Amino acid sequence: MSGSEKINVKVSNVVPLNDLVTRFEFKRTDGKLFPTFSGGAHTVIELKDGDITRRNPYSLMSDPMDQEGYSISVRRDDAGRGGSLFLHNNVKVGDDAVLSHPVNLFSLDLRAKKHLMIAGGIGITPFMAQIKQLDRSHGNWELHYSVRNPKLGTYVDDLISMHPNDVNVYYDDHKNFIDIVNLLDGQPLGTHLYICGPKGMIDWVVGEAKKLGWPSEVIHFEEFLAPKPGEPFQVKLSASNKVINVGENESLLEAIEREGVDAPYLCRGGACGQCETSVIEADGDFVHRDHWLEDDEKLSRKKIMPCVSRFSGKTLVLDR
Amino acid sequence: MTIFKFPESIKSRPTYGKLEYREGKSYLFIADADGAEAIIDLANDNKSLMAKSHIIYIPNQTGDKYISKLDKLDIYQLYIGPSYSAAQSRIIQAFEQSHMGLQVYLAGTEGLIGQALRDAMAAGIPHTFIQSEHRGSVARRMQCVHCKGITEDVINDPFVCSHCGLNLFVRDHYSRRLAAFQGVCIDAEDPGNVPTSVELYK
Repeated sequence: MSGSEKINVKVSNVVPLNDLVTRFEFKRTDGKLFPTFSGGAHTVIELKDGDITRRNPYSLMSDPMDQEGYSISVRRDDAGRGGSLFLHNNVKVGDDAVLSHPVNLFSLDLRAKKHLMIAGGIGITPFMAQIKQLDRSHGNWELHYSVRNPKLGTYVDDLISMHPNDVNVYYDDHKNFIDIVNLLDGQPLGTHLYICGPKGMIDWVVGEAKKLGWPSEVIHFEEFLAPKPGEPFQVKLSASNKVINVGENESLLEAIEREGVDAPYLCRGGACGQCETSVIEADGDFVHRDHWLEDDEKLSRKKIMPCVSRFSGKTLVLDR
Repeated sequence: MTIFKFPESIKSRPTYGKLEYREGKSYLFIADADGAEAIIDLANDNKSLMAKSHIIYIPNQTGDKYISKLDKLDIYQLYIGPSYSAAQSRIIQAFEQSHMGLQVYLAGTEGLIGQALRDAMAAGIPHTFIQSEHRGSVARRMQCVHCKGITEDVINDPFVCSHCGLNLFVRDHYSRRLAAFQGVCIDAEDPGNVPTSVELYK
């Protein structure tokens, strides 16, 4: 079975935090302890929605050392493919779900002398776990957290009351923005930079850090892509000898799974590289949307990341 | 010419490039002997660079060969010292006082590059980010894997450990943590049967 090992859980608590974000807490159904994880790890939550199985990745935001339960905080995306809406509207205390073992694609580099964290909106979630981890090891960290306004400032109050000296909050609506150039300039040698938030914010912070001569090795960021809907298309899976149709609202990976083909995956968001699939034949256009393949690999028409990328054209044959 | 082309070797063996200009907040050069040439070459291509640069230079056997040329470069801060150990506290202090955006350049012998890289890594700079260029002697800093003693400037293979006296074979196996190549006893099975010592790469 693909993905990391699975854990059967029940929803133990649903806590609305503000108009957009709700926290979901889980307990194991077998009464055992959850594995500990490292701050920045995510889990893929598997939920039955009628005939379809939804699998969505979310950062674990509970204490990494708390083995009694896991929590995720989910921002409702009204324009998305319905994963977050399904969680918000349909998932109740007592419901069954399946969580994957934690996988970390956004871990702290513990060689850092200082951890400088930049969060935008719901991008705060991996930092919630990282801060708990660093707090326990007396790590040197500082958070700069940009939110729209106080009402939508998820966990702002908790963070400020726990860490008044290390947390800096910026409110867009108050025209209060992170002064990134001044913030980066003067950081002590050995500082590592972590960014989680919207793509525009990641590109901006990474770009400024590079301009100031920061090594790319110390710049860490995480952006999960949700698969975007697109035109339906047909794919031949050569190894499984199947021809499948990918619907408008499902990803290529989901269509492959629906047909009972066990395809590898981990992050389901175009970042980890696990689902990389070889293309045998293609007559048409690739819609590459991942962060994994290099530009020349995308142009080569020999590889596709089925978790987020699509195709439009006459024929696509995959080695799967 | 002080440039030597090292033959292909095992993965553990360090490789060196050519110093290249990079955007940065400040610049720290650590060099010994003919490494000064690499700095002079870079400075000639980037005239304004030296005004932002701190150079720690250990002339060793090249004496004052490069000193007047360095003096002409208009360097922000130039320190000339007798050995790496003598300069080490200054080097560590230079890292402590630096901020992110510092660009580190190393040039000269493998022993100098290795030790400065070790200290830069300890200061939190990723080793893959540090530029280095080999110039001059191909002598190595060797660790005896048996007594752990370090012998500097080893140019012959095999050589006698300056600490325990074993006959050591000069390996390409390198330790970034120790900033030294590994020397392994060459006559352990048949004591006294030691091949004739030859100069490295000759």
